[in-house]
Amino acid sequence: MWRGSISPLKASFMRRFIARNAPAYAFLTPWLLGFFLLALGPILASLYLSFTRYDMVNAPRWVGLANYEYMFTRDRRFWKALEVTFTYVALAVPARLIMALGVAMLLDKGLRTIGLYRAIFYLPSLLGASIAIAILWRQLFAADGVVNAVLGYFGIQGAAWITNPDTSLYTLVVLAMWQFGSPMLIFLAGLRGIPKDLYEAAEIDGTPKWRQFTRITLPLLAPVIFFNLVLQTIEAFKTFSSAFIISNGTGAPADSLLFYTVYLFNEAFKFFRMGYASALAWVLLIIIAIFTAISFLTSKYWVHYENERD
Amino acid sequence: MKTSATDITLAQEMEEAARVAHEMRVKRDQRARMGRLLKHLFLISVSIVMLYPLLWLLASSLKPENDIFGSLTLWPTEFQWHNYVDGWHGLPVSFTIFYINSTIVTVLSVIGNLISCSFAAYAFARLQFTGRTFLFGLMMMTLMIPYHVVLIPQYVQFLRLGWVDTYLPLVVPRFLASDAFFIFLMVQFFRQLPRELDEAAMIDGCSPFKIYWAIILPLSLPALGTAAIFSLIWTWEDFLAPLIYLNDIKSYTVPLALRLFLDQEGQSSYGQMFAMSVLSLVPVVIAFLLFQKLIVRGIATSGMK
Repeated sequence: MWRGSISPLKASFMRRFIARNAPAYAFLTPWLLGFFLLALGPILASLYLSFTRYDMVNAPRWVGLANYEYMFTRDRRFWKALEVTFTYVALAVPARLIMALGVAMLLDKGLRTIGLYRAIFYLPSLLGASIAIAILWRQLFAADGVVNAVLGYFGIQGAAWITNPDTSLYTLVVLAMWQFGSPMLIFLAGLRGIPKDLYEAAEIDGTPKWRQFTRITLPLLAPVIFFNLVLQTIEAFKTFSSAFIISNGTGAPADSLLFYTVYLFNEAFKFFRMGYASALAWVLLIIIAIFTAISFLTSKYWVHYENERD
Repeated sequence: MKTSATDITLAQEMEEAARVAHEMRVKRDQRARMGRLLKHLFLISVSIVMLYPLLWLLASSLKPENDIFGSLTLWPTEFQWHNYVDGWHGLPVSFTIFYINSTIVTVLSVIGNLISCSFAAYAFARLQFTGRTFLFGLMMMTLMIPYHVVLIPQYVQFLRLGWVDTYLPLVVPRFLASDAFFIFLMVQFFRQLPRELDEAAMIDGCSPFKIYWAIILPLSLPALGTAAIFSLIWTWEDFLAPLIYLNDIKSYTVPLALRLFLDQEGQSSYGQMFAMSVLSLVPVVIAFLLFQKLIVRGIATSGMK
């Protein structure tokens, strides 16, 4: 096609096509490079590696489905990691969202000092991801820590929360609850969008508060709840730093803090089982993709967008 | 209503009604005030629970060692300011180095994010081009990808390039718009700016780059500010990437240094560890206090369409 003569018409079309698109693609170049080199390329490479045995010293050796087979049929720690992570997600996400919605509703109506409260409640969300807070958490829930001192004040004998495998995960759930700030801000913005006259009308009709909540607040807030739920669940699946620090980097005690990401990290960077870790990574990607797809597919049954109504 | 022939006049009846109405209003106001009071009491107690761990950390950084545990009082019996000095030099390498390292990584990351993400956001929000919807969809999908999935191939690649133990693996991705969240945030903002601006500028012969630089960016300072602050805070706190890519203690960032304190638990003092923990949070708290409005608005608008 390019040989010999390009008709003048075609040439001018090409020129216009290029002129139309060149500026945009120039602006997109950094992102496109990043997309191919840092996202798509690595994802495909990690898919390939997941079918190999690779220790970073010798070249990757193709083993077919062996990694996946081992993972699903024989690897107890894999199942343990799934159990820990799913338990955490199932507890931490609802706890955080309920906390966020409750406080947002209290702040939404008729308080003048809202700014101060908002700042106080949001601050932990900003700090929560830091190593300093993880270190702090270890001490708060230690056998001789503050939490037990408070309990002791009420005559309750506290456990060694962090080192007891039955309770260690809950300390992380509490840490997640403590950071309810950013969904709270999103809820607040959503609550602002609900017309106040709806509540006034309900008040005049004598509708009890609880029904105002289930009939007005919840349905009108559904898109925001949905958004927060998806976002927070993905976040929760990715939890790493706090679990890593609190469990000494191993998932201890008795693998009760063996978060999926911690397991993956150890397989990859402690034992250099890069092929197996890649398979773990792909399973995580698929889990998150399935979860996101389910939320979006089911959303039309329980999320109604204001502007979609006829 | 009284209908019988009594001596109550209409006037008296109305007075009575007004009195009842007034009483009801007073009662309602009282109840509202009580409600507000209860609400404040509740919110104040929540605030105390929220802040207590942070205050405890601050207090413990100043307490003598044997006062730290099992005690609920926040006021130290005597102030151990030397925890800060000792902690600063408590590791084989001084925290001066760690702070310089963290600052280098953070500043470069913020700059990288601002340039590359605003570039991409400008194209997505303001320019017409073939494949826009498709590429925008791809960009949104990358928001979902966990860092752990790309981590291993990236590590292998950076190792081959000889980038391990340098800051390049931490910084270069920022110049390639790897944090799609910021693109999304800026797209949301750029879209709201009136189209007439671009059109007028275009008629005046402005190039797309000129429009981006002289019109869009100056009008988008709030969005850029929000992106800069979040980028600063997240990079400052980042742990996983430095953990993987930095092996030499002299190149450690502050979070990695803090972890060293944990590894030598028992040998070093808790007071020092807490003191350095407090200091590591200071930049984040300052950023929060200075730019609270931008942060709050940023979350509210990026969270919502």
